[in-house]
Amino acid sequence: MNGLRWLREHLVLVLGLLVLAYTFVPIAVVVLMSFNAPASRNVYAFDAFTLDNWANPCADPGMCDALTRSVQIGLLATLVATVLGTLAAFALVRHDFAGRSATNLLVFLPMAAPEIVLGSSLLALFVATGFSGRLGFWTIFVAHVMFCLSFVVVAVRARLAGMDDHLEQAAMDLYATPLQTFWRVTFPLVFPGILGAALLSFSLSFDDFIITNLNAGTTTTFPMYVWGVAQRGVPMQVNVVGTVMFLVSVAIVVVGELGNRRRLAARA
Amino acid sequence: MTSTAGVAPPVDVPGLPAEPPGELPPPTGRRRGGIGYLLLLPGLLWLALFFVVPFYSLVATSLYDPAGSDFRGYEMTWAVGNYVDALQEYWRPLLRSLWYGGLATVFCLVLGYVLAYAIAFKAGRWKNLMLVLVVAPFFTSFLVRTLSWKLILADDGWVVNTLQVLQVLGDDGRLLATPVAVVAGLTYNFLPFMVLPLYASLEKIDPRLVEASSDLYAHPAVGFFKVTWPLSLPGVVSGTLLTFIPAAGDYINAELLGSPNQRMVGGVIQSLFTDANDYPAAAALSMVLMVLIVVMVLVYVRRAGTEELL
Repeated sequence: MNGLRWLREHLVLVLGLLVLAYTFVPIAVVVLMSFNAPASRNVYAFDAFTLDNWANPCADPGMCDALTRSVQIGLLATLVATVLGTLAAFALVRHDFAGRSATNLLVFLPMAAPEIVLGSSLLALFVATGFSGRLGFWTIFVAHVMFCLSFVVVAVRARLAGMDDHLEQAAMDLYATPLQTFWRVTFPLVFPGILGAALLSFSLSFDDFIITNLNAGTTTTFPMYVWGVAQRGVPMQVNVVGTVMFLVSVAIVVVGELGNRRRLAARA
Repeated sequence: MTSTAGVAPPVDVPGLPAEPPGELPPPTGRRRGGIGYLLLLPGLLWLALFFVVPFYSLVATSLYDPAGSDFRGYEMTWAVGNYVDALQEYWRPLLRSLWYGGLATVFCLVLGYVLAYAIAFKAGRWKNLMLVLVVAPFFTSFLVRTLSWKLILADDGWVVNTLQVLQVLGDDGRLLATPVAVVAGLTYNFLPFMVLPLYASLEKIDPRLVEASSDLYAHPAVGFFKVTWPLSLPGVVSGTLLTFIPAAGDYINAELLGSPNQRMVGGVIQSLFTDANDYPAAAALSMVLMVLIVVMVLVYVRRAGTEELL
């Protein structure tokens, strides 16, 4: 009877944990399948254990090409979006100007519009300006910067708005020049926000399919590669990439959390 | 977008978590003009060139002469008929997208509320860990995750076999290539978009308000519906919007987990653009989808009485 009472008291927590467990089911399958030696091209079951997929991740060179391209586009788009977005966030929080709410609206809309509409608008522009034959790396890059920008602005703006300016005023009182104040005080304080925004940008860019697929021409990114092989038999190496992505992002979160704890502990 | 109409300025109530500083009131040291415009210019220019101008292109393309092609070029003929044709031919995938997106949003709300509630009120010191775990699975590629569902729901998989043994599914019953699989995939893939905003507004609720209701002899269920639920409405509204909009526009789940009978409008637009090269029809359909979503969102927000949230 004790068990039943415990369950009644913790019902919500147990249900919540069940939902959480459900979100990990496909991840577990991805990890499992990364060790699978499939008996045929059409894989529906775990046939035999192997380390081959991990030993030869590039068995299909097409996959690694696509992966490399996704990383390149991701890094480049993240760099540009983070710089432009951070500048804009500073302007929005620290400066006053006409057309502020219009600007906020403009930043908000790309995040709210369905991807298919964003993607088809850009393609319509590229077609109208005669770029339809030159779709590829650079059109994907342009698109990715566009949708990452808004997320960067929002993330950095939140960090800046949550910061009071006492430390900066103190630096100025101690005769720091505006430039010194910025690089020694403001920037280090905002940096975690910028870093978070950059990580978010990279993962948005790396994982985007709908907008990319419309504007890629014959260039293939990793999500597009997966889309292609989904029709003709998925190599198990795709699951190796999926597993690595999962592990890397968990590692980043854990390192970030540990850093936070250490900072908080140092402050206390 | 945070309009400030009707939002009280942040006040520190002792014991209540301080309101996170919003956009307003403006910080004191804000400088006017000049360098501000310069900082803003590159970003705004990018958005103008690659978000605003393309949208104008989309509208224009949707009104091109449908007889145009890549070789002959396109003529602007104000062909409003494109819209009529698109609606006539594709009203099914269009309605299906809104229907599947709506269903997935409702399922996300149910699952997400339980999870967000558990994290906000029952997780204790495991709160942060659980929040990380909510997001973690979604850092694995969207497509890889969806393919993983394809394996799980496969015809000879354990899920289908179990359901067959339980007589929920007939002996030749299947899940793949049915609406169930598509809606399940959508629900799964967009769950964090629901959980995070729900958590954000549940977390702000002072548990003493709920305690007060039970001190006043309210049944826990009454306490929930009269106190917790209304206070969490901002999270419900933003969560449902953040889930519904991408879910209705998605076609990855429909194409990977469904059959042509479950085709969603995003897939139609994509193939009109890239396979059929029928740009005017694709653009018109894209416009219709967007207008429908905007209208639904406005009606919904108005009915929920939460305009100031937008």
